[in-house]
Amino acid sequence: MITTVMPRNKRLLLQGNEAIAEGALAAGCRFFAGYPITPASEISEVLSARLPRVGGTFIQMEDEIASMGAIIGASIAGVKSMTATSGPGFSLMQENIGFACITETPCVVVNVMRGGSSTGLPTCPGQGDVMQARWGTHGDHPVIVLALSTVADCFEITVRAFNLSEKYRIPVILLSDEVVSHTRETVTSPFPQDIEIIDRITPSVPPEWYVPYENNSTGIPDIAAFGEGYRYHITGLVHDERGFPTQRPEEVKAFTNRLFRKVTQGLHEIQIVKTFMMNDADVAVIAYGSVSRSAQRAVLDARTKGTKAGLLQLITLFPFPEHLVKKVLKQCTKVLVPEMNMGQIYREVKRVNQGKTRVKKYNRIDGQFITPDEILGELLLKE
Amino acid sequence: MPKEITKLIHKYLRHDKKFPHVWCPGCGNGVILGSLIRAIDKLGLTKDEIVLASGIGCSGRMPVYVDFNTIHTTHGRALTFVTGIKLAKPSLTVITVMGDGDATAIGGNHFIHAARRNLDLTAIIINNQIYGMTGGQFSPTTPYGSNATTAPYGHIEQAFSIAELAVTAGAAFVGRGTVYHVKLLDKLIEAAVLKRGFSVVEIISNCHIQFGRRNEMGNPVTMLEWMRDNAVTVEKAEKMIPEELENKFTIGVLADEEKPVYTEEYDKIRDRARD
Repeated sequence: MITTVMPRNKRLLLQGNEAIAEGALAAGCRFFAGYPITPASEISEVLSARLPRVGGTFIQMEDEIASMGAIIGASIAGVKSMTATSGPGFSLMQENIGFACITETPCVVVNVMRGGSSTGLPTCPGQGDVMQARWGTHGDHPVIVLALSTVADCFEITVRAFNLSEKYRIPVILLSDEVVSHTRETVTSPFPQDIEIIDRITPSVPPEWYVPYENNSTGIPDIAAFGEGYRYHITGLVHDERGFPTQRPEEVKAFTNRLFRKVTQGLHEIQIVKTFMMNDADVAVIAYGSVSRSAQRAVLDARTKGTKAGLLQLITLFPFPEHLVKKVLKQCTKVLVPEMNMGQIYREVKRVNQGKTRVKKYNRIDGQFITPDEILGELLLKE
Repeated sequence: MPKEITKLIHKYLRHDKKFPHVWCPGCGNGVILGSLIRAIDKLGLTKDEIVLASGIGCSGRMPVYVDFNTIHTTHGRALTFVTGIKLAKPSLTVITVMGDGDATAIGGNHFIHAARRNLDLTAIIINNQIYGMTGGQFSPTTPYGSNATTAPYGHIEQAFSIAELAVTAGAAFVGRGTVYHVKLLDKLIEAAVLKRGFSVVEIISNCHIQFGRRNEMGNPVTMLEWMRDNAVTVEKAEKMIPEELENKFTIGVLADEEKPVYTEEYDKIRDRARD
């Protein structure tokens, strides 16, 4: 349990889950609801100790359905909120994640991925929830999915998750995995003034002029908190600009189009990738999450053996960074996509590839981490 | 007098926005909405400080008609959303309206835990003993032996008693009323909203369309007469023997206790954490 306020600009030995909690606090998260689950429970434990110290609220709910409902409620009342879980809990959250999408309620959902489907491999890493993060809730909806790979990421990307969520009025899914969340690493915490914090835009017009779901040029309406004098209706039904249910085809179409348009217009800042030794690379690894750590080492090792390898690390998985991936596909003669699943991002890369280059997959689904040597072996394989 | 009552209700309706409503002629939901509005008006609460939340079903449409901060959530989950709203902004008066299927089937777990947790929330549960909006399927409160579209040969399950369930789960205030006993209903809702802690008002209502028609009570008057003839006040029931109370249900205040309120307890946690 962390009993003191985190010192700033100091070197700290933190676990990934602790860093996610610290990142959330730094971003202004003041409400957390969760349900115990391995390997995500430390996030709840840290925040149960830290939130009341900063005037925030922690609550342990009866299940993950309730946790997701509670964080949406808190956000509607104007407080930045988060929940954290793993696969089984993430499945339960899908219903209300859809509600957050259609009502455009900012919130952050952490899924510390473990192996297997169903109860699966609770203490082993996996990356099997990638497509669930994108399409887990029913119906057409945009969503932002970010992947974490280091403890430093856990802090910084969590802050960015909140910023994107607040700016675009959209739930942001943070995909961690058992390796990232349980690894302890030294991180240097930033000074508070160096952390960029974005808050939702609240209406400045008088209540009688407020249009809660206005189809404006950005596609992102101002958001009023309950109890601030802007009385309006929130519903999971498709609604018109005033928030009232509608089935009129022209209103339904305009609404759904706006949900997607607001994200498309922001792709330049939503799609985040990191490149490593890509400038002169002939072969590349496209990886995300903990696997990108092994990939980075494999790239270095390949270079010492004379192969010009590079790494494209995806932080944003969805909306899928097509143009950035395309650049790598055009540049390289071979692209390897290692994943701890049967090839979920591999299929996305293949979709973008359309015959440009050779795309290979490498998969482990036995609950074991992919090592640098395995990736190196695949990179050096002569075909 | 009737004119004045109508005037009062109109003060709170979004009458220029969302009418006509979706409820069937003779539905009990209108009576309940009227009762709720009168209770709020009597308590002198402003529209801005009220949150009216709902789940899914005929009851789920209630918030859209009134000029409060309103939210129509997912099926059975309304209490989880208002838990977040209340904790984030405790100054708000938060009222949740649910149906019997909404609150005690799909939302049963949330309901008992909300009662146990004791946040200062009001839960109004409209019990019409059937899934009305989806076409008359049996719910957790459909009586044994009655007919429903998914019980064409008679219902073989036992029904929940919602108010008694709320008492056992630890709700601070529990009342039961009907849409026939409207004056009592006004008082119960008023007391529930006023109560510090988790308050439940179960309201026996009529779905003559989906329940009544299949059970020899095909119009609202027959169903109201059934309520009149089978409701026994809590006070009167105390003097009756179990045989006399068979197939009857009690109305009035079933529980009213002082229990630690969650938000006040959490304030203490904040103090302890800062020490």
